[in-house]
Amino acid sequence: MSEHSILVRAKNVYKEFPIHAGLLEELHFENGRLTRKRESVKAINGVQLEVRKGEALCVVGESGCGKSTMARVIMGLIKPTAGEIYYDGERIDNLDSTKLLRFRRKMQMIFQNPYASLNPRMTVQDTLEEPIRFHNPENSKAEVQEKVSAVMDSVGIDPMWGERYPHEFSGGQRQRISIARALAVDPEFIVADEPISALDVSIQAQVLNLLKDARDERALTYIFITHDLAVVEHFGTRVAVMYLGTFCEIAETRTLFSSPRHPYTQALLSAIPRLNQERPHHIKLKGEVPTPINLPSGCVFHGRCIHANERCQHEVPKLRELRDGTTVACHAVEEGRL
Amino acid sequence: MTTTTWERFKDSSFYWGFRRDKVAVASLAVLCVFVAASFLAPLIAPYNPYDPTQIDLMNSEIPPVWIAEGDERFLLGTDGQGRDLLSTILYGTRISLTIGICAVILQAILGVSIGLVAGYRGGRLDNFLMRVADIQLSFSTLMVAIIVLAVFQGLFGAELYERLAILMLILVIGIAEWPQYARTVRASVLAEKKKEYVDAVRVIGLGPMRIMFRHILPNTLSPLLVISTLQIANAIVTEAALSFLGLGMPITKPSLGSLINSGFEFILSGVWWITIIPGVVLIILVLVMNLLGDFMRDVLNPKLYKE
Amino acid sequence: MPLLEVKNLEVKFAMRRGDLTALRDVSFSIDKGERLGIVGESGAGKSVVAYSILNLISKPGYISGGQILFQGKDLSKLSPEEMRAIRGDGISMIFQDPMMTLNPVLTIGTQMVEALHAHREISDQRARAIAIEKLVQVHIPSAATRFAQYPHELSGGMRQRIVIATALLTDPLLIIADEPTTALDVTIQAEIIELLLELCESSDVGLILITHDLSVVGQVTQRVLVMYAGRIVEEGLTHGIIRNPRHPYTQGLIGALPQQTVPGGRLNQIRGVMPSLANTPSGCAFHPRCPHVTDICESVMPEYSIFDRSRVACHWVKDQLGDVGEQKINETPAP
Repeated sequence: MSEHSILVRAKNVYKEFPIHAGLLEELHFENGRLTRKRESVKAINGVQLEVRKGEALCVVGESGCGKSTMARVIMGLIKPTAGEIYYDGERIDNLDSTKLLRFRRKMQMIFQNPYASLNPRMTVQDTLEEPIRFHNPENSKAEVQEKVSAVMDSVGIDPMWGERYPHEFSGGQRQRISIARALAVDPEFIVADEPISALDVSIQAQVLNLLKDARDERALTYIFITHDLAVVEHFGTRVAVMYLGTFCEIAETRTLFSSPRHPYTQALLSAIPRLNQERPHHIKLKGEVPTPINLPSGCVFHGRCIHANERCQHEVPKLRELRDGTTVACHAVEEGRL
Repeated sequence: MTTTTWERFKDSSFYWGFRRDKVAVASLAVLCVFVAASFLAPLIAPYNPYDPTQIDLMNSEIPPVWIAEGDERFLLGTDGQGRDLLSTILYGTRISLTIGICAVILQAILGVSIGLVAGYRGGRLDNFLMRVADIQLSFSTLMVAIIVLAVFQGLFGAELYERLAILMLILVIGIAEWPQYARTVRASVLAEKKKEYVDAVRVIGLGPMRIMFRHILPNTLSPLLVISTLQIANAIVTEAALSFLGLGMPITKPSLGSLINSGFEFILSGVWWITIIPGVVLIILVLVMNLLGDFMRDVLNPKLYKE
Repeated sequence: MPLLEVKNLEVKFAMRRGDLTALRDVSFSIDKGERLGIVGESGAGKSVVAYSILNLISKPGYISGGQILFQGKDLSKLSPEEMRAIRGDGISMIFQDPMMTLNPVLTIGTQMVEALHAHREISDQRARAIAIEKLVQVHIPSAATRFAQYPHELSGGMRQRIVIATALLTDPLLIIADEPTTALDVTIQAEIIELLLELCESSDVGLILITHDLSVVGQVTQRVLVMYAGRIVEEGLTHGIIRNPRHPYTQGLIGALPQQTVPGGRLNQIRGVMPSLANTPSGCAFHPRCPHVTDICESVMPEYSIFDRSRVACHWVKDQLGDVGEQKINETPAP
């Protein structure tokens, strides 16, 4: 691991969102005394992550696993309840907004919903100018304009359309504009939160190619959050599989797809419909997804796992590195049962 | 090819919906006539009702021109002091509209600022501000206005009051009604805050003030437009009610409400026009504003509107 | 006689600038127990087809031509009462988002019993029994307990199963499923797909599955229609089309899937975007994006070339055939 230079590191990150129930609902009688219980959604539970420079790390997981929350914690939009985030060796989760400013031009984000990621009342020109002006106040009007046109060109949007409003563009075009906005400040690191899931298949290919070109031309590092495993297989260098707020497996893409180790990864991969399959063939999981409000004890996956044993019910498995570089958090794998 | 704002507006579904809705078009036309007439009052009114030299007590209580004893000089008749009713109504409408619009501007500035901050910041500040708003809403505007104005008149005397009447009314009505705006804006802010473009500008590093005013505020304008027409109508009615009770505009500088009040004593003796005609004007004015407000609420609501 | 036969269906939307055609000359049929897929991207008109069958198109859309024959009766000509008798009884529909389909303030049981009462004169107990039987059929554990629960108490996968169970209450002859798995997670999607397949096979219920996901269609359906800009551009046996797509759009669609490209390479993209209803190109609607476009494509809408069990609407395909008859055509465009 040490021959790669680590750009972003998350250490022991936890995030809880308290649920604001009324005072009366929070009071409980326990052991004859009146106590106040506050419930919370435990979105992230002990995450360790390292993002290497130049890679495209894909974070996959189903809804409710916490991947979007993780993205926002890394980007500094949400403060973690516990744990640390480091960017290029410097700690950033505890910085105030002024100190965080110089990181803001290095780290950018692309969002899922193309219909909500652009301000409907601002023209494309305004939307793209703003980050450039903000981070480069010394630039002249002409320089700013040049940069705006350049970045619009690079995403395939005609600079002549700068005066138009977002609603005049299609979903795919809006997503390109969002990408342009992220690229406008010349970042090093981009977190893409499901950037193509709201788009049609043929447009997905266009946008993915765009992201790939941007990565090649600008030497970007990506965290790519998606639930579409076909995209991961194509675009990602490493994959991290997330379930209920923890990572269960992190591996090189090819390794993960050819030999998934964690039972959840195996089930997930078997569930992807493949074009050449004539019937569905998937590993069935027991039970239902537990709620992030009352997390299961021990391994969060134990209730659904057919390989779970006594230890899985009480002890939280740690991410351990295997010989081929894969890290897996699973007692069964560690014990050699799988 | 870039289009001008006017061209884009003409092309919009808002404008198209407007042209299709005859009630809305008619209401806007009537409102424009009223507004134009009242603000051009110094030019078009046959007499100046504030000029004591033009008023002759001998001319009092002359009925409108279409009634037997009417006088051509006074188209709508005269009031108890001999003032031409038409001119007084024109000037009075101007006062009513001025108070209505200025009060609403004050409400809007106060309410929008408070609502923006409360909605964006959330937490304790939001709780506190909204409780203050709740408390204020539980006091009826009319009641608060009566108390404030009565106390003011009592303390400072009628003469000072006359000079400051318009300002006082604007202040009272303006400050009393900010919670309406605050709540509306706050609701919009809460919805907009969740949208990704707000996250995107936070990621760029913009500060909260800029985000609130430059990004979120423009997106909360639609509901504000809707309530503004209704608030102006309300303000005018409130002022009319206060004037009717003797606490609003003084009789020397009457608004529609004070005119209605001044004519009240004459009704039983058959001199109806001093109350009824300004009353009808007031009703029509408020009605067209309400109709326009209804229209805007329907057309700006994307779910209700059908092509 | 086929179960459902759609003939030359045409659907228009009355807009302020004139009528826009959403569906053009759509014809297909489905037999009893057959599973048909309709694929296309958003704007292709696949949902419009589904809604037209059940006459659920709301203003400003309207059926401007064609017939929809269900067991011989033309559904587009029925009165509202007659149509209501068929909706939910002969033909049921499943929508995309189960949270929107289920009423959040009523219990599952209430909603299911209500659906039954709309079509059958039976007692409450009998209705309850049937409902629980269907819940068991869709593999809902502790069905009797779920009966009294509210939608928000259940997971997304369970909700969609309940929606399916409700669709089955009246033992319909045909189920139309409009993107039933798009809103669900991958693992849940796999379960629902398997469930649909199992139900259709065991009860001999016909299925029209509408989706943008070709892989899903491959796992469930026997035949598939590919739609583009309101028209069926290709139709045939599902795996026949997947292995050997003929229409350039279908080829492009399959080619654009990440599975089709070497990992790390550039994906095959179809240039341009699907036209909106207001900007439908003349001639063949796909011509601005087609790698095989010729002059005739811009002016003349292609007729269907009919094969043994499939058909394609494409001038290029027709040219390739010439008078020689069916020829083998290259599957995917050159990378």
